[in-house]
Amino acid sequence: MGSSTKRRAVGLSVGLAMMAGAATIGWGDQAQAQTSVKIGYAISRTGPAAGGAAVTSIPNYELWVKEVNAAGGLKLGDKRVPIEVVQYDDRSSAEEAAKALERLINQDKVDFILPPWGTGLNLAVGPILNKAGYPHLASTAVTDRAPELAKRWPNSFWLLGTSADASKTLVEMLVKLRGEGKIGDTVAMVSIADGFGIDLSAAARPALAAAKFKLAYDKTYPVGTQDLGPIVNEVKALNPDTFIAFSYPPDTIAITEQARISGFNPKVYYTGVGTAFPLFKQKFAANAEGVMGIGGWSGDSPAIKDYLARHKASAANGAEPDRWASAVTFASLQMLQQAIERVGKVDRAAVIKDLQTGSFDTVIGKVKFENNMPTNYWWVGQWQGGEFYGVAPSGNAGARQPILPKPAWKTQ
Amino acid sequence: MSVSQLLIGAVSLAAIAGLAVVPSLVDAYHLALGITLLQFTILATAWGLFSGPTRYVSLATTAFFGVGAYTVAVLGEQLPWPLVLTVAAVIGSVTSAIVGLSTLRLSGVHFVIFTFGLAELVKQLVVWFEVNKSRVLGRYIFLDITQQDIYWQLLALAVIVFAVGWLIARSRLGFALRIIGEDETVARHCGINVTFAKVALFVISAVFMTLVGAIMAPRWTYIEPSIAFNATISFEVVIMALLGGAHRVWGPALGAIPLTLLFEFLSARFPNTSTLIMGVVFLLIVYALPSGVVGLIEKIRQFRRGSAAQGSGT
Repeated sequence: MGSSTKRRAVGLSVGLAMMAGAATIGWGDQAQAQTSVKIGYAISRTGPAAGGAAVTSIPNYELWVKEVNAAGGLKLGDKRVPIEVVQYDDRSSAEEAAKALERLINQDKVDFILPPWGTGLNLAVGPILNKAGYPHLASTAVTDRAPELAKRWPNSFWLLGTSADASKTLVEMLVKLRGEGKIGDTVAMVSIADGFGIDLSAAARPALAAAKFKLAYDKTYPVGTQDLGPIVNEVKALNPDTFIAFSYPPDTIAITEQARISGFNPKVYYTGVGTAFPLFKQKFAANAEGVMGIGGWSGDSPAIKDYLARHKASAANGAEPDRWASAVTFASLQMLQQAIERVGKVDRAAVIKDLQTGSFDTVIGKVKFENNMPTNYWWVGQWQGGEFYGVAPSGNAGARQPILPKPAWKTQ
Repeated sequence: MSVSQLLIGAVSLAAIAGLAVVPSLVDAYHLALGITLLQFTILATAWGLFSGPTRYVSLATTAFFGVGAYTVAVLGEQLPWPLVLTVAAVIGSVTSAIVGLSTLRLSGVHFVIFTFGLAELVKQLVVWFEVNKSRVLGRYIFLDITQQDIYWQLLALAVIVFAVGWLIARSRLGFALRIIGEDETVARHCGINVTFAKVALFVISAVFMTLVGAIMAPRWTYIEPSIAFNATISFEVVIMALLGGAHRVWGPALGAIPLTLLFEFLSARFPNTSTLIMGVVFLLIVYALPSGVVGLIEKIRQFRRGSAAQGSGT
């Protein structure tokens, strides 16, 4: 017993000593002259968030860096300084994202940081970027707490708005359509049991009730539900004028496929995240026509057309951007660039100040933040002739008239 | 107590004191690394507390870790912090006692699969509750808890988990568990209350895991079930504990520390292929060190003793 106790205790102190040693690994950093601007990001290359990051964030980060460097770099004062990229995989984990950012800030000493993909990860890195004083342009996060977060972290900017706003705009559009006599009162709503579906359906329920719509169907399905047939068939039996699915990409595709097969064709057919993805168009081709979804952009604007062409030329396999957060992401990079160039040096506090107060020319038009959030968002888009145009809010520049009723499904 | 034991005690105390001042010496990155090291050291050690002597491989780590994190998400802004931790510990122990009583009759692969399912079950229960009752998914944690605070709390918990492990190993309970691990039928025939012993240790181990989750939660600002109940943690902890060697209290730490550093190195140097390289490393570890670092150390010792022609075993 005595010797085994001793052995255990030796191990214990060895372990503690190892930890003490480990904490000092990698000590000592190198100073660097400003021959480049170091831009760092940790993005999900693996894990559940990888799909979204691969469509919306990574191609835009790469396109922007490529274009800036092709022009000689960022303009600091009267010289151009090329961008140097440091990037990591956050493995879709909040803890890993937090650690990777600490590494970018303290080890790599990057000058600016581009945000991770998705609401959860942007929130996880918020306090770190705030503490270190880096501008945080969250271009892929939708959260109802955005106004509060912007106040809490004045360095953070929430470019996609709040889910309450998304539902409110959708209901406003339905009210307008009903007023024009294009749809009736019955609405069927399904939502995914995940952050997005719950937030949006929670905001839509009272908004629909206040507008005196009849919510004939209101169900939630778990993440990863394979067979959405029963839900679609139940909804079809109720014959609603409006169908709303606050869905994620896999189920957006599955629900639409099922609706097509069962010939469920309401006057307003709306699905969630993924409707605006190029994949949706590839999959449904002519059947995408008339489908509404979250997001949208001013497809007629020359800036967007030009951006689409550049994105296709730059991305692997000529991939197209999605028609929601992609253009917003690229716009956020243009804003960062314009703020840095106006300040003329790597002065993060001044760049944050410029982002808060300045106005910016971007692919999504002129943007000026109010309380660290843009004033215009696209909340409802519709596939019209192979392009996903923004239709609501109808006051946005470039808003198209929605096509109603949705054309019948064709056999594929 | 012999002189060498006193010396070891002094070295340990000095090491703890040294670790306690680390946050004031290092930058935020090294602090984050320190937090990860402590997190996995505690989780792996707590895992070893139960799984080491009983040889039950549990994949439920993330279930308890997530319960702790969720307790903070729900109560963090409503109760003072020590009370939040207490509530987390109570919920963790109640959950694990229920689970323990109903499942520790299972053994072998059945138990492994059950514990893996348990994490998913708890996760789905939380999802169900949030979807149907509270109608929010994704909770925000805004607490004035700094990274230093998290580090110190974890350090204190690490000291406690080692102390508890050391005490258990010397206690009747620990002895009983070793017998259970060798042969459960024999243990029963010796008059050991097998169920009580197993459940007691399962609960102790789970409370530590719950507390780690609770202490870590303020780091992320935002919690949703997929973040809190991340199955990867369960697997990483098992691999770390097995690399270290789970049959000694300090064994799992010998796996947790080098593997955390290795993950960190791979993530930093090979950002796009780190997951792939980790997989290869795991295979090599299992192949080269089947009984862990502890096994290797013991083998070397035995070899030395053997060459000194003594050959006495303990």
